[in-house]
Amino acid sequence: MPVPSPSSSDPSQPLPDAAPRPCPRSPADLFWSFTWLALQGFGGVLAVVQRELVEKKRWMTNEEFLEDWAVAQIMPGPNVVNLSIMIGDRYFGLRGALAALAGMLTLPLLLVLALAVVYARFSAQPAVAGALRGMGAVAAGLIAGVGIKLFASIRNHPLGRALCALLAGLTIVAMAVLHWPLYWILPIIGGAACVLTWRRIAP
Amino acid sequence: MSAAEVNAATTVAAAAAPLLNLGPMDWLHLFLYYLSLSLLAVGGAIATAPDMHRYLVERNAWLTDPQFSASIAIAQAAPGPNVLFVALLGWNVGINAGGSGAAGWLLGTLGMALCMLGVMLPSSLLTWLATRWGHRNRERRAVRAFKQGMAPVVIGLLLATSWVLARAHGVPALDWPLWLLTAATMLLVWRTKLHLLWMLGAGALLGALGLV
Repeated sequence: MPVPSPSSSDPSQPLPDAAPRPCPRSPADLFWSFTWLALQGFGGVLAVVQRELVEKKRWMTNEEFLEDWAVAQIMPGPNVVNLSIMIGDRYFGLRGALAALAGMLTLPLLLVLALAVVYARFSAQPAVAGALRGMGAVAAGLIAGVGIKLFASIRNHPLGRALCALLAGLTIVAMAVLHWPLYWILPIIGGAACVLTWRRIAP
Repeated sequence: MSAAEVNAATTVAAAAAPLLNLGPMDWLHLFLYYLSLSLLAVGGAIATAPDMHRYLVERNAWLTDPQFSASIAIAQAAPGPNVLFVALLGWNVGINAGGSGAAGWLLGTLGMALCMLGVMLPSSLLTWLATRWGHRNRERRAVRAFKQGMAPVVIGLLLATSWVLARAHGVPALDWPLWLLTAATMLLVWRTKLHLLWMLGAGALLGALGLV
């Protein structure tokens, strides 16, 4: 992980960088933090991870979050699960990775089982279907809001804002309009972005 | 049990799930299937759902179509990572094999454990090893270029995901309240510190009242 930029990227963060960076106290802290994250994550945990870990707990900056998320996305497996392994490992090694992973999965798994058991009884209720629809709309907005916020945070990016916006736009078109599979988008657009960045950060 | 029998049972009621007869080899195959799928799940487990449907529903008839769809819908609606739909698929295979009594719960737990372990183990191990390698080599120019260069692409993927989810709302002219709700949520997340659960609660309430 690169050294965080000297000036904190988010003006809404009053914390000076000189202050010691908050970090989880123990694997148990990691476990409960990720449990709490997962339990808030309706329709995807990503928005919650950014809100809790970057803005509330300040364990990482927006830039670090983006970098970790890129790796979590590239690796096979569920993104948020990969992210919890990566963050857990950074603080407490394998123990931390397992604690974060267990936190992300244990209680939500029990909850989803309980839901499945009662689902059949209430699935026909129009109010239940409506509530799910409303939550789905909110979930879409959550992800978009995080995307915009993260874009606002990359002003120190070596490629500059205009080029970043272009690359992000190309990705949106490739995925949402052209329906490219991810195994094309990542090597083609992602590869180009990495090569460009590699040239810009020449020592 | 043949697919035809399963389908016949399904039409009666989803609750009256067929009783499967699964031997140890079947459970082993289920585990191996998920092991092999794990490393293919680039871009999230949900991207491999079509293949799971092919294997579980079409090829082996271990699950019915409604069970498969409901498993995904419930996992999407529930909090937590979406990969939990894999656990529900395994659970339902066990329920189908054991019936609704204690045997069903036992086999359900077995199916759930096999599917989750299979789908999580290889990818998690690989991620863990890659993280360690990346962290040791974090000052390398190539590693930095990769992590920073991917940032705009990741942002694009997020916005595209949101778009794909929102598009399921339907026609903007007819379903504009849903689009409005999505747009309002986006603004709230971007500009305020309002807790995300309030927004989800409001969405659920508006939906339950039939307003969106």
